[in-house]
Amino acid sequence: MNARRLVSPLVTLALVLILADVAWHFFSWAIWHAVWTLPENASHAPNTDLCRAALGHGACWPVIKEKFRFILFGFYPYDEQWRPALVILCFVVLFGLSLAPRWWRPSLLLVWVVAFALIGVLMWGGVLGLAFVAEDQWGGLPITLILATLGLAAAFPLAILVALARRAEGLPVIRLLAVAYVELIRGVPLISLLFMSSVMLPLFLPPAWDIDKLIRAQLAFVLFAGAYLAEVVRAGLAALPRGQYEAAAALGLSYAQSTRLIILPQALRQVIPMLVNTFIGFFKDTSLVLIIGIFDLMTTGRTATLEPAWQGFGNEVYLLLAAIYFAFCFIMARISRTLERRLAAPHRNIEEPA
Amino acid sequence: MNDRAETAIVFEDVHKWYGKVHVLRGLSLTVARGERLVICGPSGSGKSTMIRCINRLERHEKGRILVENTELSDEPRALAAIRREVGMVFQSFNLFPHLSVLDNCTLAPIRVRGLARADAEARAMEYLKRVRIPEQARKYPPQLSGGQQQRVAIARALCMQPKIMLFDEPTSALDPEMVREVLDVMIELAETGMTMLCVTHEMGFARRVADRVLFMDQGEIVESGPPQDIFDRPRAARLRVFLDQILHHG
Repeated sequence: MNARRLVSPLVTLALVLILADVAWHFFSWAIWHAVWTLPENASHAPNTDLCRAALGHGACWPVIKEKFRFILFGFYPYDEQWRPALVILCFVVLFGLSLAPRWWRPSLLLVWVVAFALIGVLMWGGVLGLAFVAEDQWGGLPITLILATLGLAAAFPLAILVALARRAEGLPVIRLLAVAYVELIRGVPLISLLFMSSVMLPLFLPPAWDIDKLIRAQLAFVLFAGAYLAEVVRAGLAALPRGQYEAAAALGLSYAQSTRLIILPQALRQVIPMLVNTFIGFFKDTSLVLIIGIFDLMTTGRTATLEPAWQGFGNEVYLLLAAIYFAFCFIMARISRTLERRLAAPHRNIEEPA
Repeated sequence: MNDRAETAIVFEDVHKWYGKVHVLRGLSLTVARGERLVICGPSGSGKSTMIRCINRLERHEKGRILVENTELSDEPRALAAIRREVGMVFQSFNLFPHLSVLDNCTLAPIRVRGLARADAEARAMEYLKRVRIPEQARKYPPQLSGGQQQRVAIARALCMQPKIMLFDEPTSALDPEMVREVLDVMIELAETGMTMLCVTHEMGFARRVADRVLFMDQGEIVESGPPQDIFDRPRAARLRVFLDQILHHG
């Protein structure tokens, strides 16, 4: 007992000291010894000698200023980069709207459809006087947002259908297909699925089916996320008491009606935390497209410091990437918490009858 | 057999198995329109399975069941027609917890009967008044007591204006002090002339409203007759043992 009283404060003290040391080193690197501005050399490019001298003990923040447009937009034509910037704004507004319960109505779905049409027009162009920009020139944050958002928006309904199919007892063939789909996709790493979509698929498809690499990656992503989300949805369906199905059937509701009005609303709200957990995981997994040469946010970040003058300043860039990823994951976590609170079943509070 | 027009439900040699367990062993039974039938028997006797066969929550494997002169089968349209006319009240209420009491009551009339929302709500309020909880219409089921929930469940079934009502141990999950309020509602309902089949061990209720009591054991109807015959002059030994048990422990 006495030993415990002694140990606990000691452990606390040790942890505080370690944390303080880490914080001090970070502060010293990020602020105290950091380089904030660089002189220009003869060709009006920043002279990075100052940064190179501080390498190892001071951060080089000018790399962010110099490279942030490349990190955000990749090889998108420089003069047209206001378009992907607007696309990012589009996404932020879209997420913001979806966060506020007072906007939760069927027309929100229409807003999403319109927003995606707008995003397509902005990114591709070729209409309304906008210059055409092919997908292989897209890059950076819009790629990440498109892959993740469109991917999950398509994977979620797919997942619901697959989860329902897996429980369809009267339809053995459909059920078997659903099981095969989930187990096959789950048993394969996302990386190999992406390789297959980018390298192997074109070998099998007729040449006329010349689908762009980005779209193929998007499809692979939808298939992968669909399989995982289907299992989450299935868990929600399985958790629902049998009595709910029976009551719906006894009232004469059809399968479609009882699924839409009784089963899914309850099953999905049970698994919101798990759904959002999966969403967040896949948002970050989009960074794996770098291995098939798509310039998502992670890839542009890595590429930014390949230029000889800026080599060695990757930490600063990675911090920026982490901040961007965190911001979007945080938004998703907030949406999840709002949803959970809003949809929570009313608590039991029995008022005794007078 | 009775005149078709007077017959609500017919069982003809109905069998059911759960795997190898033979749970219904050749039930034959005719229920007249307006008849109030109470089914009792020890647990595992097949009484719940029997009434759950009437709206096909359970499928019988042999024999025929006719409900309102329509034979139960996998034919979806016939099944839908039967379920529209057969209301059911469950032991564990099975209200939809994500819908308000009012929405629980209006859902099926709107979606299945095609009523306008205003009409469905007026009808729901009428039945909620009959079960004496109109003031709870805007609440959600988890906010109500067990007795209140079961009364809502009765109102929800009645809102479909079914011809037949099935009760599957409606008071077994209730705290003792709430049994009365649910039974009172059921007695009132019985007085309207509704065809009712009720699985219950509430002997007072059975004596008061039942036209006929069935005693089931091991998947068979062992004895059937008016309540006073069944309870006061039981013939089968199994029935005497059963009555002895529920009178001393029930």
